[in-house]
Amino acid sequence: MSAIKGKNNLIGASIPRIDSPAKVTGKALYAGDIILPGMLHGKILKSTKAHAKILNIDISRALALPGVKDVIVGKDTPCIKFGNWRLFPNTQDELPLAVDKVRYIGDEIAAVAAIDPDIAEEALSLIKVEYEELPAVFSIEDALAAGAPLIHDENKELKSNISLDRKIDVGDIESAFKTADYIREDTFVVHPHSHAYMEPCATLAETDSEGRVTIYTSTQTPYIVQCLLASTLGIPENHVRVMKPAVGGGFGGKMELRKWEFCAAFMSRRTGRPVRFVLSRQEELESGRRRHGMNLKSKVGFKKDGTLVAKDFEAYLNGGAYNSMGPTATFLCGNFGAMLYRYPIYHYRGYHVYTNLPPAGAMRGFGAPQAMFISESQMNMAAIDLGIDAIDLRIKNAMVTGDKIEGVTTISSAGFVESLEKVASETKWKEKKKNLPKNKGIGIGCYSFISGGVFNWFNTQYNFSACEVRAYDDGTAHLLTMSCDIGQGSDTVLRQILAADLGLAVNMIRLTAGDTAMTPKGDLGTWGSRVTLMNGNAILDASKKIKEQLAKMVSIKFNLNVIHDVAFGDGKVFAKANPKYGMTFGEAVTLWVKANRGEELIARGVYTPRDKGLTTPAYSFGAQVAEVDVDPDTGVVTVEKITTAHDCGTVINPLGVEGQLEGAIQMGIGYTLSEQFAMKNGKTLNTTFLDYKVPSAEDMPQIVSYKVDTYEKEGPFGAKEAGEGLAIPTAPAISDAVFQATGYRCKDLPITPEKILRSKGKI
Amino acid sequence: MPKVNVKLKVNGDPYEVAVNPSGTLVEVLREDLHLTGTKIGCQTGDCGACTVLVNGKSVCSCLTLAVEAQEKEIITIEGVGLSYDKLHPIQEAFINEGAIQCGYCTPGMVLSAKHLLDKNPNPSELQIRQALSGNLCRCTGYARIVKAIEVAGEKMKNPVKEK
Repeated sequence: MSAIKGKNNLIGASIPRIDSPAKVTGKALYAGDIILPGMLHGKILKSTKAHAKILNIDISRALALPGVKDVIVGKDTPCIKFGNWRLFPNTQDELPLAVDKVRYIGDEIAAVAAIDPDIAEEALSLIKVEYEELPAVFSIEDALAAGAPLIHDENKELKSNISLDRKIDVGDIESAFKTADYIREDTFVVHPHSHAYMEPCATLAETDSEGRVTIYTSTQTPYIVQCLLASTLGIPENHVRVMKPAVGGGFGGKMELRKWEFCAAFMSRRTGRPVRFVLSRQEELESGRRRHGMNLKSKVGFKKDGTLVAKDFEAYLNGGAYNSMGPTATFLCGNFGAMLYRYPIYHYRGYHVYTNLPPAGAMRGFGAPQAMFISESQMNMAAIDLGIDAIDLRIKNAMVTGDKIEGVTTISSAGFVESLEKVASETKWKEKKKNLPKNKGIGIGCYSFISGGVFNWFNTQYNFSACEVRAYDDGTAHLLTMSCDIGQGSDTVLRQILAADLGLAVNMIRLTAGDTAMTPKGDLGTWGSRVTLMNGNAILDASKKIKEQLAKMVSIKFNLNVIHDVAFGDGKVFAKANPKYGMTFGEAVTLWVKANRGEELIARGVYTPRDKGLTTPAYSFGAQVAEVDVDPDTGVVTVEKITTAHDCGTVINPLGVEGQLEGAIQMGIGYTLSEQFAMKNGKTLNTTFLDYKVPSAEDMPQIVSYKVDTYEKEGPFGAKEAGEGLAIPTAPAISDAVFQATGYRCKDLPITPEKILRSKGKI
Repeated sequence: MPKVNVKLKVNGDPYEVAVNPSGTLVEVLREDLHLTGTKIGCQTGDCGACTVLVNGKSVCSCLTLAVEAQEKEIITIEGVGLSYDKLHPIQEAFINEGAIQCGYCTPGMVLSAKHLLDKNPNPSELQIRQALSGNLCRCTGYARIVKAIEVAGEKMKNPVKEK
């Protein structure tokens, strides 16, 4: 990692997280920690049937229970559908509470608010729901079979359980395959995966005397929650204030309006008392959002020398009962299928399929871990068949800076080849691969990821990212932004960016984040690795405006020649050529305020990616090598070492990026080896961490990482995505290593001892 | 069911609380004493977010009945460091080594680390990982948490005397 720090020694500085003292002392408040006087406790009744008509709901006994203050069912609400894809209202398929029909085990039916959680729980048991069961479908195959029940039969435009499809056609695929010397076609199945954020979701809502709602909620997207909560309540957006307290992880799982957010707000309006919902881990695992399981098919053609000629990719996503963020996953899966290598001809067909399972949603990597598990596995298999080393084959086809996917995207910076070369040399790849001891394996997987999305599915009327910067005469500044730190570290990185640009110390920047009543409209929140690039650019836009004003003050005061530039550093504003012509930041602000007859120095900054293609302004790249040991008797895989080289542009905070990388590897190991849902007739059977196996400290390998230097011209100080894309390469790398060790090639995640032993005929 | 009076000493302070016989220690800490630094991650003793020390031993407060803590000394995260200016070496190391991301597992991790280092000032990396195996983290991959505990252990053995 480069030791030279940029801009005022703050860009590239490993500053410890600004929120860590509060977190390490237990003082940081998460939504479930906040207590308001008179607060009621909410609980939600969920469907026990996978697919059924609701004939009747009897709430009378629950209402009569002493201590119960409110009970609501779907018909009590305004019955307004919602969903993140506002651009296509037809995709908005969820109601705050089910009205006529339930579509999965866990579909929310009724809610209770009571004076304590035990009474609320007891009240749930007193609600009687009469169902008429309907045939249910759980697999993609069954959902698409002739005569399958239509899960959303209320949407007359849908003729099947396919809720949405996506096509990409670049070039003539049939003629392209005729020119190939080697073609391989594979079918893969990838499984759902839980976010397993450590903080179960929680929400506290209160309502003022004029009916305005304030909610404190565990979310990564306050603006989205504000808009959708207002629309489902039938009140103006400005009557909803969403405040994001500390959030205990999100990974994509907290970026929609959730039912308990609606219920808390709705019941606080009805009762006039604050209402809090805190989910249990059981609820989270039983019916919470998850990564999409998919059926994937990919046909890829090469020339003898390894040059790629074409790829035809097809994905069926098991979306569960509602669209959630599935439409985006369907789009992105196709975009990621075209990434990493130069496919001159590329076709994609993606289908989002309704089933009677808990809905899948956005999750770290979002379409890419699935798309790249098959494509990276195919590269490894093709390398063997073509007799070319797997890293050499990748380098031959790797995307480089300036590459274009016609009509889709341009790669403005890429350190992919360098990443491949780095992991090859650092792991002694070729040498090790030739001399593998028995039961040991070494394998490779690679990734690329977006730095925020361009496609405006939320149909926001505002800029994609925005901030406000206020400069004060005491030499401090205040940054207001809707971007949310959910654990990834943006509160620290965004302050670093502003402090570096204004030449102030980081602790001279006050930050207000994620409060829709205070922070500028028009930031879509935290997802898709968008915050550093998009909000960072908005901050630099605002900072530039502040600096222009302060530069004027120095220029006037010292009668600077117009050719002089003004610099900002060490809390001072001064002529670059002669620092003695300068003053403190606070003095410059004081002068400006006086010159403007008492006005406050405030600037707004915005960023919207315009003319940046359809996908993203910038891509990260990286390569990862896994080394494993497989016990021949038990089939147990031990990951011994993971080596990564990655290109995330300029690193703003190396300590933060390293932590993201290590966490991504843990999540990747879980996805590959230990985490899977056990499902039976639509019911999730493993609803504790005893049975849903998140890797522990003992399961982690040695981790080595290298940063490849690039400068991303679209990003603030050259930065781009870091951390999310790293959830992608671990599965294909481990899978390849397991193949080297055992001869078992996984086409059906996760890799389990049972599958390995079965492949060897041992069971 | 009638409530039971329980006397607890939490972070050195005496408390007397009327609890449900089935109430857990974490409920008393969070809901009655408003010590919300102790987190609830699973309520089944699998994640360790609710770890506290009871008479010096680390326990899951979600699996401990409040009545079991009768007359016992409890240390929660609020009792580990006295203030932002007087942090415990484990807390300092967690901050400086980047061991914290979302922070939800952090209080439990710190208590498990304290339990380990109080008993074994020279743990090996494997011993640290074993000591943390009951505490799940989803953000960090544990690498920096392990490092922080190593650094804290060194510091606790060789405290720098204040000038």
